[in-house]
Amino acid sequence: MADRLLIGDKELDSRLFTGTGKFANQNLIPETIKAARSQVVTMALRRVNFDSPQQNVINYIPEDCVLLPNTSGARTAEEAVRIARIAEAAGCGNWVKIEVVSDNKYLLPDNQETIKATEILAKEGFVVLPYVSPDLMVAKRLEEVGAAAVMPLGAPIGSNRGLKTKEMVRILIEEIELPIVVDAGIGKPSQAAEAMEMGADAVLVNTAIATAKDPVVMGDAFAAAVEAGRKAYLAGTGAVKKYASASSPLTGFLKEDQG
Amino acid sequence: MKITVNGKEEDVEVGLGLTIVDYLESKDLEPGRVVIEHNGQVVKQEEWEQIELAEDDTLEILNFVGGGE
Amino acid sequence: MSFYQEYSQFNQLDFNSFFKEVNSADVERVLGKERLTKKDFLTLLSPAASNYLEEMAQQASKLTLQHFGRTMLLYLPLYLADYCVNQCLYCGFSVKNKFERSKLDLTEIEEEAKAIAEKGIKHLLILTGESRKHSPVSYLKESVLLLKEYFPCLSIEVYPLEVAEYQELIAAGVEGLTIYQEVYDQDIYEEVHPDGPKSDYLYRLDAPERGCQAGMRQVNIGALLGLGQWREEAFFAGLHAKYLQDKYLETEVNLSVPRLRPHLGNFQPNSIVGDSQLVQILLAYRLFLPRAGLNLSTRERAELRDNLLPLGITKISAESSTEVGGYAEPQEGTNQFDISDDRDVDEISKLLDNKGYQTVFKNWHRI
Repeated sequence: MADRLLIGDKELDSRLFTGTGKFANQNLIPETIKAARSQVVTMALRRVNFDSPQQNVINYIPEDCVLLPNTSGARTAEEAVRIARIAEAAGCGNWVKIEVVSDNKYLLPDNQETIKATEILAKEGFVVLPYVSPDLMVAKRLEEVGAAAVMPLGAPIGSNRGLKTKEMVRILIEEIELPIVVDAGIGKPSQAAEAMEMGADAVLVNTAIATAKDPVVMGDAFAAAVEAGRKAYLAGTGAVKKYASASSPLTGFLKEDQG
Repeated sequence: MKITVNGKEEDVEVGLGLTIVDYLESKDLEPGRVVIEHNGQVVKQEEWEQIELAEDDTLEILNFVGGGE
Repeated sequence: MSFYQEYSQFNQLDFNSFFKEVNSADVERVLGKERLTKKDFLTLLSPAASNYLEEMAQQASKLTLQHFGRTMLLYLPLYLADYCVNQCLYCGFSVKNKFERSKLDLTEIEEEAKAIAEKGIKHLLILTGESRKHSPVSYLKESVLLLKEYFPCLSIEVYPLEVAEYQELIAAGVEGLTIYQEVYDQDIYEEVHPDGPKSDYLYRLDAPERGCQAGMRQVNIGALLGLGQWREEAFFAGLHAKYLQDKYLETEVNLSVPRLRPHLGNFQPNSIVGDSQLVQILLAYRLFLPRAGLNLSTRERAELRDNLLPLGITKISAESSTEVGGYAEPQEGTNQFDISDDRDVDEISKLLDNKGYQTVFKNWHRI
């Protein structure tokens, strides 16, 4: 049986989502995505800067990828909803990663506004993947309002600090039925593998790949790590002996009864 | 005539009528690369040629850029 | 969504073939895991797992200590009335059993309350037989309003109610609901509850969920061990607890392990649950549901209760009377079942102290 990740109406073979930000040269994007074997790729929507208009990043994303526009720049639910609608009208499909950040110091997501935006967009038929601080009740609410997955952060955006929120993310994995995609903070392939071994359904990696000396090779390395972590999770990590037999017996009384 | 583009007020020459396509050309922007919101409504590229800008209109000209986490 | 859907799904499982295939390697693999799946839980209820009770006990003991500390909640049951319209074949209160029924009036309830409060008990479980006519919700409510002056923690074990009725009682001061499905096997359920409102399997099955929806702080469920095949019954009760735990995070879910006791009438158990089997069930519950409260009543004999304490128990009753009233003026009435541990509150409290437990009389104070 193929091990596929089901999100919205799509079945994915790849569990590594990649981003297109922070590349030194946009020409590296297509090859990096190919090396990372990603099927879901994120990008952002920005006002055009007339002085130095950039190339449309979509031209660099392989055509068979699912586009996942994020709502970065949004500080409120309203703004996030607006960005999502624009992205859809622009032909990006109906997937959206809700990212509402009103804190400029740590760039942590605003969970409440994120829930609001998720509810509105899910009702409009979007496949909504909200980016949140890992909090169980927030994740439950997202589940109720129709999110397609939950994307908890592993550490603040771009920090490359790894799975700092591991115990909180583990709780989401255990308690939430929706796919859990660990987003933000993963700095090394080993950390991606750690998230996958623990049972995360996918990870989203951007900074660590885009800012590597060689993004293409790093994309490949992450793909291998995600696959390894996933396989280990499916295989069931080996029994770690938890019990020592030296402690005083607790069930001795049962044998006395038999004797 | 005054219009607001990406949050900034701007004086534009109307001439014989200024469509969205005309405006983009005046800025050297290739259509195909941008997303346009006209007075709060997203407009599809097919309609750009038909929409004439009027006094006090607002335009948001956006494009997709790299982004991720 | 109801637990019934999950029940129906697992009920199609061929339990005997599953148990036949479980070997010791499977059990050892489960014992090495951090979190158990439903299948792992069933593995621990298998015959193969009965050779691993000591290992399971060590883990269960550790987990309980980790989640609950060295504490044991002490509660006491008070029967308000024994009028009952049901015909449960296994129960002393069945309408078919002829004896003089009674019901405490508010003055009598107050006398009982004083006598019980004097023992130091703060957590009271109030019970009635199932009769909306004799023990209507309004009667329960009046009793609660009176009893809450004496007890900061009140739970009810009465016939299944509607959400709004549970809410009414919660507003009056109730915070816990105990309701046992008795037997999850639907065929046996229908057989042993031939008539009366209790014959409605689904209405009873969904009652704990209605309690959660109404906002009960604690819900306590269980299978009456002996009515159905015990491995399957324990499995379904555990799944039911897990279902409630997952869906209602704000409610503390508890499991009881009542075994059929001698009572008025002559029902014979369908499956014998010996001490070893009881231990296996308790341990499997604990390993599958590390956060669930586990209750042990005075149905079990003193010596066994002492031995079961460290295996995962978090709540015990003491000095229980299973007849109506019975604390203010003890008498020889008709009991719902016979109790086996007649030590009083002081003795139990001392025993817990000796075993290194702090006796918890109340969990919180009503404000």
